[in-house]
Amino acid sequence: MTGAPFSLGPRNSTPRVMLKVLAALVPGIVAHYWFFGPGIVVSLLLTSLAAVGFEAFVLLMRNQPVRLHLTDGSALVTAWLLALSLPTLAPWWLYVAGSFFAIVVAKHLYGGLGQNVFNPAMVGYAALIVSFPLYMTQWPAPLELAVHAPGWADAFDLVFAGQGALSPDAYTSATPLDSLKTQILAGRTVEAVLGQPIYGLLGGVGGEWVALAFLAGGAALLAMRLTTWHIPLAFLAAVALSAGALHLIDPARHAGPLFHLMTGGVMLGAFFIATDPVTASTTPLGKLVYAGGAGLLTVVIRTWGGFPDGVAFAVLLMNMCVPFIDDYTQPRVFGKTARLRRRAP
Amino acid sequence: MRRLHSFNGGAHPAEHKAESTARPIAAAPLVPLYVVPLRQHIGTPALPLVRAGDRVLRGQAIGQAEGYVSASVHAPTSGRVVAVEMRPVAHPSGLADLCVVIEADGEDRAIDLQPLDWRGMEPSHLRNLIRDLGLVGLGGAVFPSFIKLNPGEAGRVETLILNGAECEPWITSDDLLMRERAREILKGAEIMQAMLHAGEVVIGIEDNKPEAIAAMQAAVREMGLGYEVAVVPTRYPSGGAKQLTYLLTGRETPSRGHAVEVGVQVFNVGTAYGLHHALAEGRPLISRVVTVTGHVASPQNFEVRLGTPIEDLIRAAGGELEGATGEIIGGPMMGFDLQDRAAPVTKAVNCVIVKDAQRFPPPPAPRACIRCGECARACPARLQPFELYWYARARDFGKTQLFSLFDCIECGCCSHVCPSHISLVDFFRYAKSEIWAREREKEAADAARRRHEFHVWRLEREKQEKAERLARKAVAQVKEAEAAPVDAEAARKKAILQAAIERAKQAREGVTPRNVDHLTPEQQHQVEEADARRARLHAGAEDQKETENQP
Repeated sequence: MTGAPFSLGPRNSTPRVMLKVLAALVPGIVAHYWFFGPGIVVSLLLTSLAAVGFEAFVLLMRNQPVRLHLTDGSALVTAWLLALSLPTLAPWWLYVAGSFFAIVVAKHLYGGLGQNVFNPAMVGYAALIVSFPLYMTQWPAPLELAVHAPGWADAFDLVFAGQGALSPDAYTSATPLDSLKTQILAGRTVEAVLGQPIYGLLGGVGGEWVALAFLAGGAALLAMRLTTWHIPLAFLAAVALSAGALHLIDPARHAGPLFHLMTGGVMLGAFFIATDPVTASTTPLGKLVYAGGAGLLTVVIRTWGGFPDGVAFAVLLMNMCVPFIDDYTQPRVFGKTARLRRRAP
Repeated sequence: MRRLHSFNGGAHPAEHKAESTARPIAAAPLVPLYVVPLRQHIGTPALPLVRAGDRVLRGQAIGQAEGYVSASVHAPTSGRVVAVEMRPVAHPSGLADLCVVIEADGEDRAIDLQPLDWRGMEPSHLRNLIRDLGLVGLGGAVFPSFIKLNPGEAGRVETLILNGAECEPWITSDDLLMRERAREILKGAEIMQAMLHAGEVVIGIEDNKPEAIAAMQAAVREMGLGYEVAVVPTRYPSGGAKQLTYLLTGRETPSRGHAVEVGVQVFNVGTAYGLHHALAEGRPLISRVVTVTGHVASPQNFEVRLGTPIEDLIRAAGGELEGATGEIIGGPMMGFDLQDRAAPVTKAVNCVIVKDAQRFPPPPAPRACIRCGECARACPARLQPFELYWYARARDFGKTQLFSLFDCIECGCCSHVCPSHISLVDFFRYAKSEIWAREREKEAADAARRRHEFHVWRLEREKQEKAERLARKAVAQVKEAEAAPVDAEAARKKAILQAAIERAKQAREGVTPRNVDHLTPEQQHQVEEADARRARLHAGAEDQKETENQP
């Protein structure tokens, strides 16, 4: 028997929360489709099918009510975030393997929804970039710059039949982050590099618009009160401030804050990935520390790390710190004087 | 205009107030049988003053306050006591409690009521009178009022707050009382102000009760009182004593402390009304205003005699409609399911909601907690309910206390907003009761351990005393032998021999030939239990033998 409060009619629900998150991702997906072609639709479909399939399979194995948990929509959110983090037009098994790591390893081996320590989509991404670095760096070029703009038939062909028909050179190009990094290592200055055509107006042709679309979706999340301002703001501020500081110190070797905000996974990360409530810090102050740390680590990894983008590893590293951060940032309880709460001996 | 201080979170549940405000307060009809529980307040139950067969008059004390935290209980009408026995009462546990059952004679004769000149009275005498008149807080907590009417060491409180917020949905008893009987409430407040030497009096009312606000403002003006009617925004739980105190004064009642520690005292408007009548007429607390609403023919507020069976009260509101699915006592946010409709109205019952499947559907199946933090944003105590839930579920009760479980006021905001429909408050109630049970167990174990230690100590002392006695005896024998001139040498040898025997005997006794010397309390407990079992078995065997011997 359950006691008060007694149900008071229609309320918010977890499936509805997940649906709203998916809806907020749609502008970014549309922009992606517009600038990079139909590949994103194929990868979204693949990760969605794989994630839901793995979710159902593991729920069965774990003797859990399949329908109740499958309808919470969390597997779809993970699938979409994973697809939006991966290069499109990669072989199908890459998406399936990523979904496996996200759903089976990162989520269910830790106890299922609500129990996982690490962001599932980012675990999927990290597993793939460590295991298959070649495929993970072949990003399709923006349509307007590609030698050959792949259509629907090309997309399905490349994903399911392999790259026999088209050479990667025909449709891929180095990402802005990647090529900036290699060219700076080759001794060129930021200013000279950013003048090249792929860098567009703010950070990269196409990519900058996708980032802006994620920003719009993120604003919708805030407006729907699905997340608080703390994590996105702290994340973006930390990226901008650390990139800005580096840029001030050595403008020839470090791109400015706007470039860092508009490239790679920063916008997606700030609004949709770092904000995953399960793996993020939960106290107001803790959220600032957690997201600020993730933003700072993103720039650190981009600047000195071995990978072109750092969002995934930055988020995963900060996920590890969450229990610690939460423990030391508990809000002051009403009627109590001390703010900090020490862990029990 | 007072500056209001906003507390964290809260909720906006659907109000459902209009249902029961269309009609004025009516007197509930006299019923044939009243069941008056002796425990209608926080603290020790009252001691019964009557026996089956006694005749009682309206207002006659039938239960005497017992101990400090207690209040007296009075007969709601005249009649005959038919029983003093355990009866079902309106309590979440559904357990029975000791009640005086009165068969009404229909004449409704009262004891001789005398107005009390409270102004000239010695304060402690006045407080004792208030206790004997059965006054308790009528907002739901039913804490004996005389205790709160003591200004304490400070000698005064700064602010006296009259709580007319009534933030729970559906309930309108305070609203109607303020609309219709504002002057009597304020007269009660004057008594409170005088007793507490309160610097200011503020009446807090939520802005969804414009009629009550207007009535109270008008009464304050007409009576020439300097009281302030403070309008607070409608946000549950603004009527919680701690929340209203903070709203109106910006002061936080200390964790596990009382408002009086920050110079504030809070009383429900109904309590002030009851206090006025108690002193101005000498009339003890034998009735209160109760909202009957929900799925009934004509929702309304009633002035109900305490002890009226709830089923009779529902009948007074036209009876339940087709499709009723049960009753809630109190509001939907903090109330509880009534187990037995024969249970009576007590001082704690401010509302009876008859449920139906449409407005009170069964709760949806809970899903996993995704730590979204909605509950923390809604928590007026600024707790992290999802953390508490996590630890309560894992039965890690130490951690729940570390996360301030006992600062939870069980307002229900967290459960109300949870998108995964987790009944969080149920987990917190469970954790609290488990912790209380463990504390009781620990106390019992400590008592057992002390008993055992005393037992061991006593055995040791007896052994020692016996040894001393024997030693004295041996010495005496030696002296005796020395004193005897005849065959002194033989006597001496005999004494030495005797002493050696005694030493050996003592040594035998001194050494406990068992491995039970250094036991932990648990082991000792087990040994004692085994001994007890053996003794029982032995006794049983004896019994059996006896039976067998019988022809």
